[in-house]
Amino acid sequence: MQQTLRVNRYDPENPGAAGYQEYTVEVTDTTTILDALLTVREEMDGTLSMRCSCRASICGSCAMRVNGQAKLVCKTRVNSVSPDGATITIDPAGNLPVIKDLVVEFKPFWDKMKAIKPYLLPEGTVPKAEYIASDEDMVHLVGVVNCIQCGACVSDCSVLEVDDSFLGPAALAKAYRFVKDPRDGHQKDRLDALNESSGVWDCTRCMQCVEVCPKDVDPMGRIMLMRDMAMESGFNNTSGSRHTESFAKSVKKNGRLNETKLAVDSMGMFNVPAMLDSAPVGIRAMMKGKFPWKAHKSSEPDKVKRVFEKVEGE
Amino acid sequence: MKYAFYPGCVARGGTPELLVSANAVLDRLGIEREEIVSASCTGAGVLQERNQKLGDTLNVRTFALAEKMGAPIMTLCSTCQGVMSQANRRVLKDPEYLTEINEVLAEEGLEYKGTTVIKHLLWVLVEEIGIEALQKTFTKELSGLNFAPFYGCYIVRPSDALGFDEHPERQTSLETVIESTGATAVENDGKTKCCGLPILLINQSNAIQMVSNHTGEAKDLGADAMVTPCPLCHLNLDGYQPKAAKRRPSGKIDLPILHLPQMLGLAMGMQPKELGLQRHIISTKEVVAKAIAAPAVAVS
Repeated sequence: MQQTLRVNRYDPENPGAAGYQEYTVEVTDTTTILDALLTVREEMDGTLSMRCSCRASICGSCAMRVNGQAKLVCKTRVNSVSPDGATITIDPAGNLPVIKDLVVEFKPFWDKMKAIKPYLLPEGTVPKAEYIASDEDMVHLVGVVNCIQCGACVSDCSVLEVDDSFLGPAALAKAYRFVKDPRDGHQKDRLDALNESSGVWDCTRCMQCVEVCPKDVDPMGRIMLMRDMAMESGFNNTSGSRHTESFAKSVKKNGRLNETKLAVDSMGMFNVPAMLDSAPVGIRAMMKGKFPWKAHKSSEPDKVKRVFEKVEGE
Repeated sequence: MKYAFYPGCVARGGTPELLVSANAVLDRLGIEREEIVSASCTGAGVLQERNQKLGDTLNVRTFALAEKMGAPIMTLCSTCQGVMSQANRRVLKDPEYLTEINEVLAEEGLEYKGTTVIKHLLWVLVEEIGIEALQKTFTKELSGLNFAPFYGCYIVRPSDALGFDEHPERQTSLETVIESTGATAVENDGKTKCCGLPILLINQSNAIQMVSNHTGEAKDLGADAMVTPCPLCHLNLDGYQPKAAKRRPSGKIDLPILHLPQMLGLAMGMQPKELGLQRHIISTKEVVAKAIAAPAVAVS
């Protein structure tokens, strides 16, 4: 059967001609998007640029957007995206500068990887032979080690879309890999650095990275674990950690969330500039009858509190 | 069918107009419901980052309460839907984990057997009430109005926790409901993206930029309003839009953000006050006027 691909073209030598170009190719049930793009390049238009290598979702070269969502195109069959044969739109990966057509500049990606110090920093006496790590300590890191650095998560990250200083899901997942490695001696320093702005607290928990990762690395899950570890290590003076603590306190007390208190606690009780900055929003909301002063409650807050005590006491 | 009603914290807190309008619309549709009054907050993903088991236990408690009522849960909040769906998936996949959680709940005589179905009002409309039955309650044909859908992250991701394989219609459910009123669903890039609320109190500049991008885009595409099934998105997209507008070249956006039941209420010919439409930060006057001026549904 025939399948039309609508491909986003860009040539730095002729930027005025940028735009979508359509190609129709013959496909079968097993044709991948990459197969289809290679057919275009080899048989129809040799000027189409893209990166690919292994064709087996190992090398991580071919992440791009398929109908608006980042995918490893060698791992994606045409008929899984378009069972009814509707045109498929192909764009380069997002949140990275486009070099040509479907090829993006990975320098910002690697710079952030480097920033988290992606290597072991052991402390103490150097063992005579290798550093020993128990299976138990390493097995939960397998999921992160599976990362092939394809950049799909970076492409679709909500925060990178508005703030390119954010370390981003790939580098943060990599950071987790070293924070949790029993052979590393700098866990606290690492968490201290990740606790800074552009680090773990800037994630919105939108789950784009979880959704698009072709290797189930779960970057967001790792970021959440590092938030908890940072708080446990005593890094509590961020609006992020105050937000989490206040949220938990409110639910523990009333069984429900008190949004007004959450806002005040997160900014910090004595953060006058932030309070003044938010005052117009708060006043507007109050005038419209939003945010009741009285916290709403579960009918049985004691039972909710008991769940907190039991689970947190474990 | 009777539902175990779970409005969610924000419908009782920051967006009281959601609960008011939902109740009005649910009454009109004749949907029987009983609130799970003893239920707690889902944790909204925030509690989970501190202690996932704590979050899961609170949610399983809610599922057990609904199971005891013999009714599926109906929520009004995308975030509640997602957090509950994820918790339910985790305990159903791991019976030992469920047993551990049930041990905590045994003290108050609760046990979750794993049968509770959790559905957002949006899914209830499409899957159970059905578009045809829904349309029978409409008195206005909202043709000529343009509504931009905005889902909220947790009702679209992670897709494998949300039953999209068995229910592919869920992925376009909001457009389906918008179009059932006769209005046009305005396709927009932001519709499944993050509104920014989770980092509003942490990195306000980024959160506001997201509001600016999404509401600005929808406005530029000609939307009269944005419609969302997520009260948390509403809080940010409505409440912080005046600040976000300063980041647009024109300095203004003025895009009303309607809760899903408010749009339905307008199609049902309800009065704006019944739907709490006066309680928004961004005025709903223009879109309300257009809805009131819309033609009556032709009686076939």
